[in-house]
Parts: sequence; C-alpha cells; structure tokens
Amino acid sequence: MGSITLEHVNKSFGEVEIIPDISLDIEDGEFVVFVGPSGCGKSTLLRLIAGLEDTTSGKILLDGQDVTDAPPARRGLAMVFQSYALYPHMSVRDNIAFPLKMAKMPQAEIDKKVDYAARTLNLGSYLDRRPRALSGGQRQRVAIGRAIVREPKAFLFDEPLSNLDAALRVNMRLEITELHQQLKTTMIYVTHDQVEAMTMADRIVVLNAGNVEQFGSPLDLYKKPANRFVAGFIGSPKMNFVDGPEAAKHNAHSIGVRPEHFKLSTTEGAWKGTVGVAEQLGSDTFLHVQTDGLGLMTIRTDGDQTFSHGDVVYLTPDPTRIYKFDAAGKAL
Amino acid sequence: MATKQTRALARTMMAPAVIVLFIWMIVPLVMTLWFSFQNYSLINPMMTGFAGWANYVYVIGDPSFTQSLINTLLLVGGVLLITVIGGTFLALLLDQPIWGQGILRIIVISPFFVMPPVAALIWKNGFMHPGYGMLGHLWKFFGLQPVDWFNQYPLFSVIVIVAWQWLPFATLILLTALQSLSEEQREASEMDGANAVNRFRYIILPHMARAITIVILIQTIFLLGIFAEIRVTTGGGPGYASTNIAFLVFRTGILSNDIGAGSAGGVVAVIIANVVAIFLMRAVGKNLDA
Repeated sequence: MGSITLEHVNKSFGEVEIIPDISLDIEDGEFVVFVGPSGCGKSTLLRLIAGLEDTTSGKILLDGQDVTDAPPARRGLAMVFQSYALYPHMSVRDNIAFPLKMAKMPQAEIDKKVDYAARTLNLGSYLDRRPRALSGGQRQRVAIGRAIVREPKAFLFDEPLSNLDAALRVNMRLEITELHQQLKTTMIYVTHDQVEAMTMADRIVVLNAGNVEQFGSPLDLYKKPANRFVAGFIGSPKMNFVDGPEAAKHNAHSIGVRPEHFKLSTTEGAWKGTVGVAEQLGSDTFLHVQTDGLGLMTIRTDGDQTFSHGDVVYLTPDPTRIYKFDAAGKAL
Repeated sequence: MATKQTRALARTMMAPAVIVLFIWMIVPLVMTLWFSFQNYSLINPMMTGFAGWANYVYVIGDPSFTQSLINTLLLVGGVLLITVIGGTFLALLLDQPIWGQGILRIIVISPFFVMPPVAALIWKNGFMHPGYGMLGHLWKFFGLQPVDWFNQYPLFSVIVIVAWQWLPFATLILLTALQSLSEEQREASEMDGANAVNRFRYIILPHMARAITIVILIQTIFLLGIFAEIRVTTGGGPGYASTNIAFLVFRTGILSNDIGAGSAGGVVAVIIANVVAIFLMRAVGKNLDA
C-alpha cells in the first residue's frame, strides 16, 4: 500500500515562500510525475514527502497515517537522487544491501534480496565493483536497486535521468516504466522534462511558482489544459499564442494553437508568413514562420515537405483545436 | 606534453634552486656523518681523530637511549590518539550550523598560531604549576592535594601540551573533509534508515579516511622532533622520564658538550624517522590511493 495525501502543505524558507498551499491525492500504485520549470518547487515538494525537509504548515498522510513529523527512515519511502548518491567506498553489493543492513535483517535474507534486485536490474556482473568503476546508467540502476530492496511504500525519483546522455535517458525511461509495471508500487517522479512526464506518468502534476496548475492524465493535460501555463508547458514544440484583435475574433483574450494543428499551404490560408529556420528531423519538419503581425510561430509538418528560408506560406489553424484563454490565462 | 625545448629550458631554469637546496641539505648531513665518527668533545679538546663506531656504541648502548626511544613513540602515539579522536569530534561539532560559526572556528584554530615555547610556558605557569596554576587551584577548590604535573607525570604533561597545540590542525583538516561529503549521500543514508551512529560509522568515517591519513602522516613528521615544549617545561627530566630522541641529541651534543656522540645520535634519529615513515606509509598510505 502506498497512497500519499497532502493537505494544505506550505513550505517557506525564512521569508521566502516556496510552496504556498498544495493539496494532492496520490493513489496507491500510481505513477505520478511532478513537472514544472526550474525553481517551481517540485523538488522541494518531493523532499517534503520524503521527510528531508520539514513542512511549515499542513499535513502529509501516508496510507491515511499522519507522517508530517516522522523522520525519513520511519516513512518507509525510498528515494533515488539526481546524483545517485551511491556510497563510493562500498561495493555495489554493499550499496544495495545497506538499507537492509540498517534494518538489521539476517544476512541470508539480505543476500537473497540483493541477488533478486541485481537480477531484476541486470547488475549481476557488477556486484563486486565500486560505483566509481560504473557508467552513469549502471550507477542509476544501482541507485534504483538500493531503493527496491527495501520494498518501500513508494518510490521518490528526483530528476534521476538528468545526468545521463540522450540515448541512455530514453532507455532508462523505458526501464523505470517497465519496473513500475512489475512492482505496481506508487512512484513519484520529479522532472523538468515534459517529454519524460508525458511518456511515463499515469497522472501529471504541473507546478508553477509553488502552485499546482493542473493535475491530470497526460492526454488530459494535452487536450484540455486548464490554463495558458499548462498549455504552453505541455507539448513539444511549444504551443503558439496569439493576443489582441486576432484573439478577439474568437471572443478570447488570447488563443493558442499547437504546432501540429495547422494546415499549411503555399497559396492560401488565414495567416500569411515567411519561413525562417526549417528544422528537419526526417520524420517531421519544424518550421519557424515569421507571420505578418502575429509574431514567430512554430509549425509541425511531415518530413517530406521541404521549405527553405524566405518561402512564403499560409497557415490555417484547425478551428476545432484552438485553445481560448481569458485575461487571467484561464482556459475558456 | 612539453616539447623538448621547453623541457630543457625548464631544467635550466630550475637548476639553481635545485642545486642550492641540494647543497643546503647535503652539507649538514655529511658534516654530521663526519663528526659522528670523530672524537670531538668540547670538554676534552685534546682528544681528536677517528673514533670508529665508538660514538654510536656510546649513544645506543646507554640505557637513556632505549628510554628516549620509548618516550618518542609514546609521545607521537599519544598526541596522535588525542588529536585524531578529539579532532574528529570537534570537526563534527563545528560542522553543525550555529550562530557565530566563523568566529568560533577561528577561536578553535588559534592554539596553532601560538609558538611552541610560548604555549609550553602558558601551560607550565598558567595551568600546571602546583602553586599558582589553574589546575592547582581547581584541585585545592575540591580539597585535594595539587598535582605537581611535571614531576609526577612528566611525559603525560608534555603530551597534553603538544596535543593542545596540534588539535586545531587535525580539526581543521578533518572539518574540511567533513564539509566535502555530499549532502545527497547524507540524505540517502538517512532515507536508508541509518541513525546518527551508523551514519558516522558507515558513511562519514570512510569518507574521512583519507584526511585522517594525511593528519597522521604530517603530524608524525613534526611530532618525532618535538623539542621546545620539553626544553621549556621538564628539561627532559626527571632523569630521562620526558626525554625523546631529539632531546637526547641535544643533551648529549650541547649539554654534555660531546659533539661526536651528539652527531651519532642525530644520525640515529634520522634513521629512526625514516623507518617510522616507511612503516606509516605502508600501514596507512593505501588510503591515499585514489
């Protein structure tokens, strides 16, 4: 079991209020991702749940039990850190066994669990090495191994993939998702990368300046963003926003259109523009179009169409997929 | 990598310094070796000439030599024990966030800035003097007979004074090591359920191993040659109770005016220092491998 509930949690460092007031319900077995720009308080929120920081006010419940004032060790959670935080003077085996040893488990049982974790994570041949002798991805797996042997109520990941190179990141992303399918344990995962959030999460918490902007499934967030911030943050490349008279035509303060929701034509359309940079990815092409009076827009088109710098194009937004926002940025 | 030209240039430029340093070291060493095989006593200037091993036999054969050797080891070992354990403890305390941390650290380090003879005098007259020392007053306050430290526990008193001087050095080095421990490792061990004692034993202590090695190596080099504290306080006595090898050389060569025997003692001291250094490097040096 591992349901986590936050009730009006507030965290301030002296005068600075990092998290004004957050309430969340995370269900048992869920994979929840906290995503947001740097400095939005997502890591602080995770550390509050872990018990590495004290809440200023509010309550944290684990399986309905109040753990607000419990020390980290008592909460039964496991955390994987951004820097892996492996113990450099211990072998991989000792690293993984450390939490069990602290729990005074008999040696035979420790060995069994370490071997199981090593098999799950393909660490068998590295067990007697020191962390120094491992690559980034292997270290990451050891850190995860150290977390899973304890059979915690929930896993907390603090940007675990940000120190890995792009190819390895995609790999580890899959492995962690796969691990979640196997273990069915609650996982909370902090990242600033919305692609990681979209691909891994059951539900995503979008945070901005210490506030929850929206809490929902990835597709919910993509299709029905609650406000302009979520609309701009979820989706890659970013949504295009238009203010002023063009938005007023749709009875909104501003409107947003995703790069993939345009019809592109060389002869006619709603908005006229000139192609600036064309980023060709093979499967897709991202066009950066300087439109007349509406600013720079990003358009996603298939990779077969070729455009070059200076081409004149016409853009027509898909009318069913125009997002409207009021003056405060709330979705209409 | 340097090219041939720059290497040749570097050698030429460095040569004067290297040559001066070499002469600086080799001349006194050779002179000491030469004197150690000579009959050279200021009390008996008529007796000169080659002495063979007589000076060595005289120095090493004397019971005072064995005692001095034991005293040297006790002095080095005792001070190391106090400074490493005390230094670790102080470093752990100073690593806590407290108000006035900067000032406190300077105060803790200050004994290191006091010159050895001055420090010894402060302890001799300020603390350990049975008549007007602070410890004497403390003993009297509790109705006890004041301890005459330098007569009753001469070597122990010297160890206390030297440890007081070197404790700041150990603290400083160990504190820096402690501060370089990554916060995430500490937090990870906390999450893993390690309490304060286990955190210290399994995480902090292994992390500090290298710093402790450095403290032991550097201090040993300096502690083998402790002189000023003994000279100022006990004068090596009573008898030879607080005489170490360095002080024995001084007693033989200068106090007894026997330059030949003194030099022989000096050569023996150099050999002992090297033997200790080799043993130490073997024993703790493996911690220094990256």
